[in-house]
Amino acid sequence: MSQGQTGAEQRLVTPGMAVGPSAGKRAGSGIVAADNQFIATQLGWLQERNNTVSIDPIHAAYMPRSGDLIVGMVAEVRNNLWFMDINGSFQGLLPMSLAPWKVEFGAARQHMDIGDVVLARVQEVDECHNVVLTMKGVGLRRLKQGAVESLPVQHIDRVRGPNNERLQRLRDACDCRIMVGENGRVWIDGSSEGIKQAREAIHAVAKAAHHTDIDTILNELEKNMKGDA
Amino acid sequence: MGGYGDVQLLRDDGLRLDGRKLDEMRPVTIEAGILPAADGSAMVTHGLNVAVAAVYGPMEAHPRKIQRQDRAVIDVRYNMAPFSTSDRIRPGFNRRSREISKVTAEALESVVLVERYPRSKIRVEIEILAAEAGTRCAGITAAAVALADAGIPMRDLIVGVASGKVEGTVVLDLDKAEDNYGQADLPVGILPNTGEIAFLQMDGDLSPAEFELAMEYNFKAAKEIHEIMVDALRRRYEGGEA
Repeated sequence: MSQGQTGAEQRLVTPGMAVGPSAGKRAGSGIVAADNQFIATQLGWLQERNNTVSIDPIHAAYMPRSGDLIVGMVAEVRNNLWFMDINGSFQGLLPMSLAPWKVEFGAARQHMDIGDVVLARVQEVDECHNVVLTMKGVGLRRLKQGAVESLPVQHIDRVRGPNNERLQRLRDACDCRIMVGENGRVWIDGSSEGIKQAREAIHAVAKAAHHTDIDTILNELEKNMKGDA
Repeated sequence: MGGYGDVQLLRDDGLRLDGRKLDEMRPVTIEAGILPAADGSAMVTHGLNVAVAAVYGPMEAHPRKIQRQDRAVIDVRYNMAPFSTSDRIRPGFNRRSREISKVTAEALESVVLVERYPRSKIRVEIEILAAEAGTRCAGITAAAVALADAGIPMRDLIVGVASGKVEGTVVLDLDKAEDNYGQADLPVGILPNTGEIAFLQMDGDLSPAEFELAMEYNFKAAKEIHEIMVDALRRRYEGGEA
């Protein structure tokens, strides 16, 4: 993922395009090596960092990895487990043994019902993409208030910025609590005006992140919020 | 496809009825990302053909019996709109659309890195809005651009293109009259960067030498169409939409 480069100096590559010699470099995501050449496998912007050539994709699906912090939504409830919509190809499974409450068999619905939103962590992903979630851990909980916004997963690192600097600026500017899940769901909690501003900033990023300097969006937001105050 | 001896398809000046040279393609235009609801989409106009492709996924494959534990399946639905030809086409699947859906899915499966998405399905919908010979090729080209637009990893952008034979002469990119009254049709799916063939069908008869020439025409046209495909994707994304 990119750390917030703007599109001006980047080169758009398409699948099958030779993007340069492979000698002395490593193939990153979206790149395969063939006949001493790096070949792009995805549509996106070519980037080279730390001797690794990779593609910053135009679109990407969320591929869960063990340890990911995600914002999930209950999609199905069974007697002893919940199926969560985690914004990926497959639903995640949250067994009652990994819930933060003591759950009686058959009473899962009393704790969380369809449509409820949770902050959870990916416990395990197997080679067949079966995803097991956990809510045992510091800060993992059911999210009872606030709003959930979607952000394309390829733009998550851009919004966070180096050392979460941009995310912190967004939190400060909107005076909101903001959690960015690895699955491209953003939980925002604060005043209704703050939530509105944060949502607008996230929409702006999602719409033009490859081409727009996100710091410009944040500067504008900070200026507006100060003006309102 | 046996040919009709009394139908003149080549003019006395050596050109074809629509004025094209033997190795000249019909005009092709491509637009990427035309459907906001799809993960990726494209519209291809190839001569008078208009093909729209939409890609959804990768998503969990349903019903479960179609799931493959080690790879994704590509579910292609090719359909011609009832108004796409001069005779109304009865809506729904028929023998021809099933066949084209199947061969298109097999061609795309050899290009998409399906092993990245086990148990998943990538849905490709191809709708032919106007037909004038060569719709399966236009459909494959549209599907390739839509897959790239959806961010699906692929080895190459597959290009659908066809050659054939009319009045004993090999020609590139048959139009309706040439397709109906010609002697052979050779649609192929070509990977322009690697030179591989992912799909090939042949209707009618071609001698080995004619086949070689037809394939030479096809490869030449595939390079041209590939440039138009790349240009369509560049126009969409370098314009600042994402």
